[in-house]
Amino acid sequence: MELKSKMETKDLNFYYGNYQCLINFNLVIKEHQITALMGPSGCGKSTFLRVLNRMNDLIPNARVEGKVLLDGQDIYAPGVDAAEIRKRVGMVFQAPNPFPKSIFENVAFGPRMLGVNNKFALSEIVEKSLQGAALWNEVKDILSKSGLALSGGQQQRLCIARAIAVEPEVILMDEPASAIDPTSTLRIEALMQDLKEKYTIAIVTHNLQEAARVSNWTAFVYLGEVVEYGKTADIFQHPKDKRTEDFITGRFG
Amino acid sequence: MNARNTQKIAWFFIWAGGFITILIPISIIGYVLMRGLPSVSLDFLLTPPEGGLSGEGGISTVIVTTIYLIVVTLIILTPLGIGAAIYLAEYAGDSWITRTIRYAIDTLASVPSIIFGLFGFALFVTALHFRFSILSGALALVCLLLPTLIRTAEQAMTTVPRSQREAALALGATKWQTVSHAVLPTAMPGIVTGIILCIGRAVEETAVLYVTLGGSAAMPTSLFSGGRTLSLHLFYLAMETNAFEKSMATGAILIIIVIIINSLTDWLASRFHAKMTGGT
Repeated sequence: MELKSKMETKDLNFYYGNYQCLINFNLVIKEHQITALMGPSGCGKSTFLRVLNRMNDLIPNARVEGKVLLDGQDIYAPGVDAAEIRKRVGMVFQAPNPFPKSIFENVAFGPRMLGVNNKFALSEIVEKSLQGAALWNEVKDILSKSGLALSGGQQQRLCIARAIAVEPEVILMDEPASAIDPTSTLRIEALMQDLKEKYTIAIVTHNLQEAARVSNWTAFVYLGEVVEYGKTADIFQHPKDKRTEDFITGRFG
Repeated sequence: MNARNTQKIAWFFIWAGGFITILIPISIIGYVLMRGLPSVSLDFLLTPPEGGLSGEGGISTVIVTTIYLIVVTLIILTPLGIGAAIYLAEYAGDSWITRTIRYAIDTLASVPSIIFGLFGFALFVTALHFRFSILSGALALVCLLLPTLIRTAEQAMTTVPRSQREAALALGATKWQTVSHAVLPTAMPGIVTGIILCIGRAVEETAVLYVTLGGSAAMPTSLFSGGRTLSLHLFYLAMETNAFEKSMATGAILIIIVIIINSLTDWLASRFHAKMTGGT
């Protein structure tokens, strides 16, 4: 069966001022799949992720050329509301960044922005989201405690709960496990397998094993270009490009 | 001279420096409280002063004027200061215009307060015909305190990490929602600290009010009533009457208020820190 393409970039070029960090970037992110972007530090993979939900709009002198399609609609077309795009394309950041608010308020933040004020409806969303992020059992009795009082791994799952509370279609994860301990990493990787049933996931990692473990599709990014893209198993077992092979076998990275 | 003796001499000066530094505020505060507190009584707090060259009476109208003036000042100051801080911290970015604005604010912050008084006298008292009044005094105080509030509020907002803003934006929040729901609540204790700092400075201020508030000892009845604050009353008592003990009593009340305000500021600042680092 042909998998539907959820997001797609066409001849995407991205510049910070005069510096070009993404070069003719063509990539497909398939629906209900996990797509991993791997590559050495500074190769442009995080920048690419932040292009997908217009997070780079905040950076002065940043410039996008080419097309970024979400369900076939160009998210950089004139008149498209960036906030609306970010509601559909959520993001989990490298370091957990809960608000200095209670656990409940952290998760309720997004729905409140969208105008949900009914206490009962909010409670329901919060419980569902925390369950979705596999955190509910640990925090159900301490919902009024500060989100910052949780452990690093729990904070990251809180951030995932916060992201899914607004029911996005795509979740972008920027090295979500790089700042937390190995046990929490495994929990989050297991969680991603559940999440992909409902959402489409793109994850950036410089950790090869992580890309191999969690993803269905892998893109190897090097110096701002997509060197190779394909099924994760194919990329890792039969890399076509010499650079991919060198990266996978640990010759650089 | 050998190294041991050098060290002894250095120790002596360091200890002497520390000791004198502690001694000065303790003796000033101690002296004022000791001379002043015996004259403080409920009667003193609840009786109006006679005014003029007489040192008789208490400080009831003075307390009312002080509170009245501070409330009016805050009503004007807070929205202006926080608004300007939001603009500078969240919207203005960095350009020659904002650098000029920041430079102007910093310059304003170091202008002597009597200059604000003269300005207030010329503009509010004379040109706008507000006369010597609470309104004139409050407006002049706003000019004096704006730089302090803008700077502390701006700093409180820029201390909110970028990751917090990104978290809000990534949930589909608009720029204003991000500022109002993520940045401002987090920065609020810091902003409140700035406001209390301003209250403290307003309570202490004399020079600005000397030329804008008049000095009437009567109970204020409207925004256009003149009046005297605690510090101004203290000044009149000391300079124009022989009621030295009452001047000290007023000073004691003033010092107690300032100590309370400073403790409150410290407490809020530590709350702010705890909130940003995960304590409760």
